[in-house]
Amino acid sequence: MVMETLEQIKARIENAISGAKPEIIPNESPSAQRSLLLDPAHAVEVAKFLRDDSQLRLDYCSNVTGVDWLDLIIKEKVKVKKVVEGVEKEVEEPVERKRPGYLEAVYHLYSMALKHGPLIIRLRTENRADKNHVPSLTPVWRGAEFQEREIYDLYGIIFDGHPDLRRILMWEGFADHPMRKDYVEPDDYEYEPTPHDEVLEKTKQHHSPEPKP
Amino acid sequence: MNEGLRSELSKQGIFTTTLGDLYNWGRKNSVWPLQFGLACCAIEMIATTMARYDLARFGAEVFRPSPRQADLMIVAGTVTKKMAPQVVRLYNQMPEPKYVIAMGACAISGGPFKQGYNVLKGIDRFIPVDVHIPGCPPRPEALIHAFMTLQKKIETQQLTGVNRPRHLDAEAPSEFPVPKFGGHDLEPPNNPAVWHAPKLVREP
Amino acid sequence: MFMETAIDTPESKYEILPKTLSNGEMDGELLEVAMGPQHPSTHGVFRMDVVLDGEKVVKLKPVFGYLHRNHEKIAENTTYLASMPYTDRLDYLCSMTNNWAYALSVEKLAGLQPPERAEYIRIITGELTRLVNHTCLVGFLLQDMGALGTPLMYAFREREMILDLFESLSGSRMMCNYMRFGGCRVDLPAGWLEQAKRAVDSYSGFLDEFEKLLTENEILVARTQGIGVLPPDLAVNASITGPMLRASGVNYDIRKVDKYGIYDRFEFRVPLGDHGDVYDRYMIRLLEMRESVKILNQALRDIPAGPIVDPKAKLRGFRPKVGEAYGRIEGPKGELGFYLISDGTPNPYRYRVRPPSLINLTVLEDMCLGQDVADVVIILGSVDIVLGEVDR
Ligand code: SF4
Repeated sequence: MVMETLEQIKARIENAISGAKPEIIPNESPSAQRSLLLDPAHAVEVAKFLRDDSQLRLDYCSNVTGVDWLDLIIKEKVKVKKVVEGVEKEVEEPVERKRPGYLEAVYHLYSMALKHGPLIIRLRTENRADKNHVPSLTPVWRGAEFQEREIYDLYGIIFDGHPDLRRILMWEGFADHPMRKDYVEPDDYEYEPTPHDEVLEKTKQHHSPEPKP
Repeated sequence: MNEGLRSELSKQGIFTTTLGDLYNWGRKNSVWPLQFGLACCAIEMIATTMARYDLARFGAEVFRPSPRQADLMIVAGTVTKKMAPQVVRLYNQMPEPKYVIAMGACAISGGPFKQGYNVLKGIDRFIPVDVHIPGCPPRPEALIHAFMTLQKKIETQQLTGVNRPRHLDAEAPSEFPVPKFGGHDLEPPNNPAVWHAPKLVREP
Repeated sequence: MFMETAIDTPESKYEILPKTLSNGEMDGELLEVAMGPQHPSTHGVFRMDVVLDGEKVVKLKPVFGYLHRNHEKIAENTTYLASMPYTDRLDYLCSMTNNWAYALSVEKLAGLQPPERAEYIRIITGELTRLVNHTCLVGFLLQDMGALGTPLMYAFREREMILDLFESLSGSRMMCNYMRFGGCRVDLPAGWLEQAKRAVDSYSGFLDEFEKLLTENEILVARTQGIGVLPPDLAVNASITGPMLRASGVNYDIRKVDKYGIYDRFEFRVPLGDHGDVYDRYMIRLLEMRESVKILNQALRDIPAGPIVDPKAKLRGFRPKVGEAYGRIEGPKGELGFYLISDGTPNPYRYRVRPPSLINLTVLEDMCLGQDVADVVIILGSVDIVLGEVDR
């Protein structure tokens, strides 16, 4: 059975839940799996709608992924009008825009009842530091329980409403979120017989090399 | 007693041996491993005990579920930092004489997962290892080879003198400190009494 | 045949016992047992913290992470192809299906299409892997039940036959690292198909032998029927997949739903259970093996000659376009998926494995509540986990 298009689903969500503003995230790659970005305030409501709606019946939350997007400097060319040598001209000027980083949770939904999917929904935190809350969808799909815990552990997204949000893979008392892109590993001295590049730099800090004979 | 006399006596049907040889002969043929698998290598360890490879031929088919009854720990697989304290604790719980085989690249050095933040770069950072077998995973034949190497080691151990095995040396430690979980890494990250960072000899 | 067996479902037990202790404390009557991480029945370094009231389980919390090897982090720091051997080590009993799932996802991301022969080889190796996995599972399950040695010996004897095939094909017994994006690494060696046919033919005989030994065995029936019941609606809501889901009677097999590869050309059925207990889960595995044998017979008969790699596939300088893809297959343990985000560089920006073993454990507590502690071991055994995949 074929699922409705993303546009149709988006329109129906907007109809059913007032205030929800899902946004379609394009995907240029050959897979063409586009996704819906939900706003955190209405996410649980929308999720319930997706699960219970008779045409969608997305009763199966297959995969939950955390993604870390760092602060990004986007360089673009913007056309501006400028007076060059007395004549007004349209010139392209490079502008730098800073996109603040955020953490993202991506849910892949399928329907076991109607055998279609996937519908991909995304939730984003406001930033990577203190405003790292999103609502948990575990009350809607229990299958997200361990995966959300894993994302909390490795990325540090706090899922509000999760029944049991503890570290799952690393030990209690571990301070960092190791899957973040800016995580620095403990330097536990990687010895290699023929060190090169970064490993060599690391190795050097542990030894002063033996003098040449 | 010299070799010639011994062989002469054996031709007459008289079997002679020394207490040390007899002791080691008994030990080497009844090494009981701890039933303890960590990762992929454990599957090959199980395969070694099964029909085709049959580790029982070497007197080692009795895998003990409890460390109190085991002589040999086969560290078969990746030791993560979360698991390392448990491995050391299990080792401490084994009675002397005890031996360790580090099976596979992971147990030796972290292997393919060496870059991992949660992977211990070799179990020899915390406990002494008797035999290392490379491979990812080592074939069952390799494990058997490691086993025979260990048997040779046991066979040739002198029971007295400076090189006597640890269990006959009252001074030698039988337990090793168990690392603690820290905020970023294990504390300490290695046991300096057992492990030293190898020297970088190559001119960088 | 097993559909007719009458079972008194212990449904009521779910209601009586609280999921967690009301005050969260021990009152001296209860016993707390930590099973694992070194425990002979946990199939690796898995740990369960169990609270017991006499023999009955009142609370069970799985503890993970003892084999967390940072597969995803390592994969994000290396090229797409270099992650292929790491996928072997996820679920180390089933390296071929892991390879396949990863290759499939990258093919979606980069728009590659494996040629016909490669698809056939994938089906053959994938189904052989399913045989290996299910055989080992049944062996381990019986081992957990106390049948020390014999069934596991049988299982590993058959496993060796298939590992021989894998070894002659890829050079390694367990870590095959055989598939490539858009195809397979090498073509089948001479005589491989005949050898495979012989192995597959003898497999039905082995299954008969196994079933004669076990399926109607009184002890097995007594230990497994009505134990660890998983109701279908909970199974769906908790994202259970694979044989465990189908043992609860939900008809969802990705080979039929997605028809990935060329599964639509083969005739096979999807066995379903109707009680969702340990016995059904055991039986489903045996029936699935019979279906796999059917698929293998068809594939070995029909495999065409031809190239084995998509000519568009590049080994060097492989840089998929910016975008993302999620690909999934029906692995022997459930839905095995890979989610990849490309930022146009040679390394994936995000690389995520959807681990069926981990997610199938979501309902472990629900299945164990109210059961005896000795049954926890077989319930866990019937879930079929491999720690390399649970913790990654
Ligand atoms: S050495 Fe290889 S096979 Fe063995 S545990 Fe490590 S990754 Fe697995």
